[in-house]
Amino acid sequence: MFPKNFKYIAPRSANEAAVLLKRYGPEAKVLAGGMSLIPIMKLRLMSPSYIIDVSRISALEYIKEAKGTLHMGALTRHRMLETSELLKQKLDLIPQTASLIGDPQVRNMGTIGGSLSHADPRGDWGSVVLAVRAKMKVVGRTDRVIPADDFFVDTFASALKPNELLTEIQIPTPPSRSGGAYAKFERRTGDFATVGVAAQLSIDRKGVCSYVGIGLTSLGPTNLRAEKAESLLLGKEVTSSIIDDAAERASEDAKPTSDPQGASVEYKKAMVRVFTKRALSSAFTKAIGGEKKW
Amino acid sequence: MVKKKPKTKPKPKAKVNRNADSLHHVSVVINGKEYQADVEARLLLVHFIRDVANLTGTHVACDTTNCGACTVLFNGKSVKSCTMFAVQADGGEVLTVEGLAKDGELHPIQKAFWDHHAQQCGFCTPGMIMQVYWFLKENPDPSDEEIRMGISGNLCRCTGYQNIVEAVKAAAPAMRAK
Repeated sequence: MFPKNFKYIAPRSANEAAVLLKRYGPEAKVLAGGMSLIPIMKLRLMSPSYIIDVSRISALEYIKEAKGTLHMGALTRHRMLETSELLKQKLDLIPQTASLIGDPQVRNMGTIGGSLSHADPRGDWGSVVLAVRAKMKVVGRTDRVIPADDFFVDTFASALKPNELLTEIQIPTPPSRSGGAYAKFERRTGDFATVGVAAQLSIDRKGVCSYVGIGLTSLGPTNLRAEKAESLLLGKEVTSSIIDDAAERASEDAKPTSDPQGASVEYKKAMVRVFTKRALSSAFTKAIGGEKKW
Repeated sequence: MVKKKPKTKPKPKAKVNRNADSLHHVSVVINGKEYQADVEARLLLVHFIRDVANLTGTHVACDTTNCGACTVLFNGKSVKSCTMFAVQADGGEVLTVEGLAKDGELHPIQKAFWDHHAQQCGFCTPGMIMQVYWFLKENPDPSDEEIRMGISGNLCRCTGYQNIVEAVKAAAPAMRAK
């Protein structure tokens, strides 16, 4: 299979890319890792006239910490996030999630910025950025910062305007006594999640939950925050029974539709309970230092 | 009885390729040798490798980024070449299965696949070997579980993977020694 022909331009900077996006507007698509876009083009589900390849902008591939905030360039490949020693120490939810995306070859090319901009509700990063309250830095007519809660508008529709480019993801470094886990239920290795749950917790010295974020994958028109489940946990002493209740609430927060691989709405709702419990339990154990971090 | 088709007018000459002005000059070093061509932007890297460079060891199987039969190394990373455009590889370096053997001697991974009968029809094998090549560079002393995760992007319909895992375990010390 091959796509319809197109004009191909490879800008050397984010600003140059934004100028090109403005010029070619809705006829153009940004190419980053290509692990979502190229299969779509080969199936001719989309036939953009212009492809703006940003993957050579190596200045957008980085992971660093500055002033209590973790910064990840949008072009950072899943593989780099999977192996980052800095993230394994400070926010190991990210390396763990990265290891569960696709397969090794896909992880070598795919990027976190491309995945987020694609806004597939089955994308794993969407749930992670919701769970950690990330902010997305964007260049366009003006530069702006979009909080994760505002970033996913609809299925395959992010808050990015047609002439905007995502350049960086910013996450506040969690305090000590924090832990996160991504529980992904896939039929076969490399599949999209049937159900995925990202959980990030912080626990104070009394065992009370001082921060909780829960993001849901493949459970609605976009990645979703399990807000009812979060509010049940926040400010409470974390026990196994409270985690069970939160998992029950999460299945109410979820808005699944049955998927083409045969998982019914009832089955998905049941699995949300199971995988939310797994994600929360694992995150909690890591937060209190009980489990080897991934 | 089949009706004879009536004689038709001769077909007009093919129209000029309207997209001729959007050919891109691409230069890719494959297995240490430079290949240059003017190609459409939509030409997939796997087709550049197979049809322009005539290196047909790399295979197109699923064509949907699943099976890994098209796996090659690009700038040192294993990638699925059916899901890249040749223009993305311009100025870069590719390693295919044809680039592994040296002076008529099989690469240790190829030897191990032979010794452990890790292929049957052989269609997945080039992609599998290239992925294993990258994987052992990243993880020189892997466990069985790590090997299985390492080749999780490569599907084999024949072997059931057991002999492939054995071959990788056997190849690992030889790769470490290199």
